[in-house]
Amino acid sequence: MSIDKPLLRVQDLTTVFTTPGGRATAVDHVSLELRRGETLGLVGESGSGKSMTALSILRLVQPPGDTHGGPIEFNGRADLLELPERDMRAIRGAEIGFIFQEPMTALNPVFTIGDQIAEALLVHGKATRAEARAKTIELLTAVRIHDPVRRLRDYPHQLSGGMRQRVLIAIALACQPLLLIADEPTTALDVTIQAEILDLLEEMKERLHLALLLITHDLGVVAGHADRVAVMYAGRIVEEGPMRDVFLAPKHPYTQGLLASIPGAAPGQRLHAIEGTVPNLAKLPPGCAFEPRCPQRFELCSTAPPPAYNVGQGRAARCYLHKS
Amino acid sequence: MALLDVRHLVKQFGAMRAVNDISFTVEEGETFGLVGESGSGKTTTGRCILRLIEPTSGEVLFRGQNVLGFSGSELRQARRNMQIVFQDPYSSLNPRMRVRQIIEEPFIIHRIGTRQERRERVVELVRLVGLDPASLERYPHEFSGGQRQRIGVARAIALNPSLVIADEPVSALDVSIQAQVVNLLMELQEKLKLAYLFIAHDLRLVEHICQRTAVMYLGKIVEMGDTRRLFSNPQHDYTKALLSAIPEPDPDYKPARITLDPARIDLNAPLREIEPGHLAAV
Repeated sequence: MSIDKPLLRVQDLTTVFTTPGGRATAVDHVSLELRRGETLGLVGESGSGKSMTALSILRLVQPPGDTHGGPIEFNGRADLLELPERDMRAIRGAEIGFIFQEPMTALNPVFTIGDQIAEALLVHGKATRAEARAKTIELLTAVRIHDPVRRLRDYPHQLSGGMRQRVLIAIALACQPLLLIADEPTTALDVTIQAEILDLLEEMKERLHLALLLITHDLGVVAGHADRVAVMYAGRIVEEGPMRDVFLAPKHPYTQGLLASIPGAAPGQRLHAIEGTVPNLAKLPPGCAFEPRCPQRFELCSTAPPPAYNVGQGRAARCYLHKS
Repeated sequence: MALLDVRHLVKQFGAMRAVNDISFTVEEGETFGLVGESGSGKTTTGRCILRLIEPTSGEVLFRGQNVLGFSGSELRQARRNMQIVFQDPYSSLNPRMRVRQIIEEPFIIHRIGTRQERRERVVELVRLVGLDPASLERYPHEFSGGQRQRIGVARAIALNPSLVIADEPVSALDVSIQAQVVNLLMELQEKLKLAYLFIAHDLRLVEHICQRTAVMYLGKIVEMGDTRRLFSNPQHDYTKALLSAIPEPDPDYKPARITLDPARIDLNAPLREIEPGHLAAV
């Protein structure tokens, strides 16, 4: 594979939920690319569609959700959306590893952590039963769990939140995936543990030359760990680009508002709040979804959703301010 | 005299000391931050002050009077002056009550005002917290998280308290909504001369709004003082580790990560003065 070819290329991915309250487009024509060795930070607030984007890529959206659009090109395959479910199952957990937010519920309480890591290896035929134990110990060592031989026999409730998240990372990496999707991997953890887990993820990314899709609501986490960033609002990617460029000179008023709302600049002063609330996905305004809250809105904004405008090297923003 | 003076507060749960002999004061009109990670005892401290949990020992003086010695009726009276805003705006409002009833309830419990006066005051309160009085007949589930937290704030300030214990009041909210609620809390403080005991794990937020801060670790206050001094010149290993772990939204910020070695921390070390108004257990 040439160095420039993306491992993952998603085009116009859309997931719609038909509910009694109307049709809600949770993921709206999302396009993104990810190369090996690269971390893409996908940021947004609750309901922005960032988790649903991950589930859509993995084809784990449950009815009444319906995913269409694409293609999702991945590792030489033309479109994941077209694969039979059996082939998709062989990819999930093997070529694509994933970690979800809740380290308290993602592990099965009635199996030891040794069994749960070994299961990942056995299901995908990556080890025989005889080899599994040694590999499991190796993985626990890699995620820096002390005394792994003894820990193998522990049940999830015997571990702290941070330790459980390490076990989940071990499971996600067991089959040496090419892509790791980490959805809010540290949100439930204390800040000192969060820092350790993020450092561990970064180390694993380097060591295994992974592509990492890091989904978070915390702009601080993105600034510390992402190479590129995509900002989601109401199901759409409203801005994307190299992390440094976006943070130092955000182009979309929503990104600008988010960065400005973080405390830090002037203690004791009012924070720069974004007025209003996130819109109901089933009742989006006809134009830009951010228009009702946008301090820079003008006539054009309420006409139709803005397309993605080029706003610099490798950068795009869905905002009419950048229509040249 | 301090508005709130907590002395040698202890709360024992079975074999565990959730709050282990802590002392601090909150002055009138001040915002005092209590920070720490889960299990540090910060929430238990807040609840012990209001006697929502009975402390094991120690003293809680509110304007010089020991709250822990109060009878039931004295305590009810004291709680007019000390209110709490809870973390979770989803579970802290009764889903079967209309917003009007939720905000009016404190007046009914404390037998304040006529029906008409209460109605007027409720309208005044919802306006004060930035909600539309037209929404008073609605139920909590019809509101977003940020709006629900505004309802919780309106309920807390209804009886004109002098102290509001704000226990992680914005941590369940989205970033853009957090700023709205923080601004509301700051605005109300100026208008109503409130003091806040602000319990939080978000150090950026604490640095922003608290004049003084205490850092809790395993039930102890390990460092306390003027917020700016404490953040710029941390002394305790735990404070240093905590500050170095904050993810800053600045691409050029690459902190030297300080990891904590729990074995090196002497939990029996007493607080001593590092500089005027800055104490640390080192």
